[in-house]
Amino acid sequence: MISETFTIIHPQGFHARPTKIFVQAASQYPCKVNLIKGEKKINGKSSLSMLTLGLSAGDEVTLEVDGEREEEALKELGGLLTQIFEE
Amino acid sequence: MKSEHITGVAASPGIAIAKAFKFTNTEIRPTKTTITDTEKETDRFRAAVEQAKQDIEQIRQLTEQRLGAQKAEIFEAHIFLLMDPDLIDNTIDKISDEKINAEYALHEVASLVIGMLQEMDNEMLRERAADVKDVTGRVIAYLTGKPYATLTGISEETIIVANDLTPSDTAQLDLNYIRGFITEIGSRTSHSAIMARSLELPAVVGTESLLNRVENGATIIMDATEGRIIIDPTNEELSEYEEKKRQYEERRAQLKLLAEQPSVSADGVHVELAANIGSVEDVAKVLENGADGIGLFRTEFIYMGRKNFPTEEEQVQIYKHVLSKLEGKRVVIRTLDIGGDKELDYLELPKESNPFLGLRALRLCLSREDIFRTQLRALLRASTEGKLNIMFPMIAVLSELREAKRILAEEKAKLLAEGVAVSEDIEVGMMIEIPAAALNADAFAKEVDFFSIGTNDLIQYTMAADRMNEAVAYLYQPYHPSILRLVQMVIKAAERAGKWSGMCGEMAGDQIAIPLLLGLGLNEFSMSASSILPAREQIGQLSQQDWKAIAEEALTLGTQEEVKQLVEQKLAR
Repeated sequence: MISETFTIIHPQGFHARPTKIFVQAASQYPCKVNLIKGEKKINGKSSLSMLTLGLSAGDEVTLEVDGEREEEALKELGGLLTQIFEE
Repeated sequence: MKSEHITGVAASPGIAIAKAFKFTNTEIRPTKTTITDTEKETDRFRAAVEQAKQDIEQIRQLTEQRLGAQKAEIFEAHIFLLMDPDLIDNTIDKISDEKINAEYALHEVASLVIGMLQEMDNEMLRERAADVKDVTGRVIAYLTGKPYATLTGISEETIIVANDLTPSDTAQLDLNYIRGFITEIGSRTSHSAIMARSLELPAVVGTESLLNRVENGATIIMDATEGRIIIDPTNEELSEYEEKKRQYEERRAQLKLLAEQPSVSADGVHVELAANIGSVEDVAKVLENGADGIGLFRTEFIYMGRKNFPTEEEQVQIYKHVLSKLEGKRVVIRTLDIGGDKELDYLELPKESNPFLGLRALRLCLSREDIFRTQLRALLRASTEGKLNIMFPMIAVLSELREAKRILAEEKAKLLAEGVAVSEDIEVGMMIEIPAAALNADAFAKEVDFFSIGTNDLIQYTMAADRMNEAVAYLYQPYHPSILRLVQMVIKAAERAGKWSGMCGEMAGDQIAIPLLLGLGLNEFSMSASSILPAREQIGQLSQQDWKAIAEEALTLGTQEEVKQLVEQKLAR
């Protein structure tokens, strides 16, 4: 298992569309994908759970990946967490 | 009969006059029933999900045709929510564990999520409850056999009046007939509001207890420029607003034309009308208003509202985004201007008795090189995405400029040695906010590519008057001859050295100052995005030759009032 902490910079936070883009990418990987903010840990392959995590700009979130192709997943998904999306 | 007035939040500008169409899409609250065949119930659930998915797919295609692929993406996101493993599995588990009907099980699962979303601090995220409601409501409607109310099939001019509109409601509005909408709940960031702005459809939201006060078919005036609603207007009100609507639409068409025009004076002198921005979100407005570039990107916001310094990587993302959005137009990015009245929670700064005269902006960056170098590296790395200009704030003496430039050159050399691409066309300039720098502008001009005059600080430092202090607010005098003289000095110094001069700060977008600045020979005016089109219109009517003489005359006057009078008198002719 490997993990890394990122800060969200997308000004509007992770609302429906960025969440979809993340979950779509996460679902391509066989490894487990979890997101942790504060006390809360959720499945990064569920848009609904990710929405309830409430990621706003400035929030720190830890991405935890475990299993096959975890390094690749950390790189790609970490990039998405620190991306600015088209609005 | 007397008309009734209601106010709300103007969510999408425009004026509309039409008959009300009351739309009720009340949430279906399914009743709980016990079932025996859980497998059959699960199949029924899956079938309803499939039907809902097909509906959303149709709405997605419609939206793609009307507003393009990017706006349609929200419905792709809706399909994702609908197919979410947590939503589906939890509902199916509930059906089989508790032996209850599918619609009740789904309603329970959805309510839990909606409840959590509604408690969020971030408004943008709180509004996402509407997405979950929209998606699950459609499935529940299929399961209960009740139709999911839609706004399709309206065939006369109407204004929609509703408690709330879901994203899918808004996407399906027939613009041939629908003139606007008013909702009881929602905010400027709710999806229906965002959608209304892209459709250029007037919208007012947040009008409490509206539905009780409007009869179906009643005539309504909605002024979504101010958020005002008039129900059953009088004849006088009707003719007043018909005129207002005509004027508004004419003005909007005029400004739209201006957005595509070059910024050029009546006698053919080209200037640059740029915008000031404080965040990535402001870029949309810059493009909408047809700005010639960004004249000031305040980078402080990147550092605020967080727990730690932004990393180099994060900053690269932000700068690249802004540069690429401007598609080769000039973007002037100012390095960190913190201190003074702007603080960072995670940067412990010693208390100063005169923070505005203390360790702020570039002074701070030179004393904390680590912070400065990270930002410069990020800027250099992003530079290949567009036309980057780097600007240093709060310079008083040459040694500060030289030191900042030395560090920049060092970081550039390091990056090149690492094999990282850096643009060769980066212009490096400085702000002129301190009178000492203005007085010595000739010396500075030899060592920069451009100047940008920061008037708010220049006025405060010239007048020795704190701009936050109400008691000395009368000393904030942008048109005062002493300020104009400093401005002239800077512009002339740039001209002599073959460099360009600009101005960022309120004064650059001010209709009294613009003619004088044009006359003095300023090349670039950077202002808030909403001032650009009026400024472009004004400059198109001014002759630089004429104003050159008037500006000279203004410099001989003794007070701000005299200058203002002179300009007003010349403008009126």
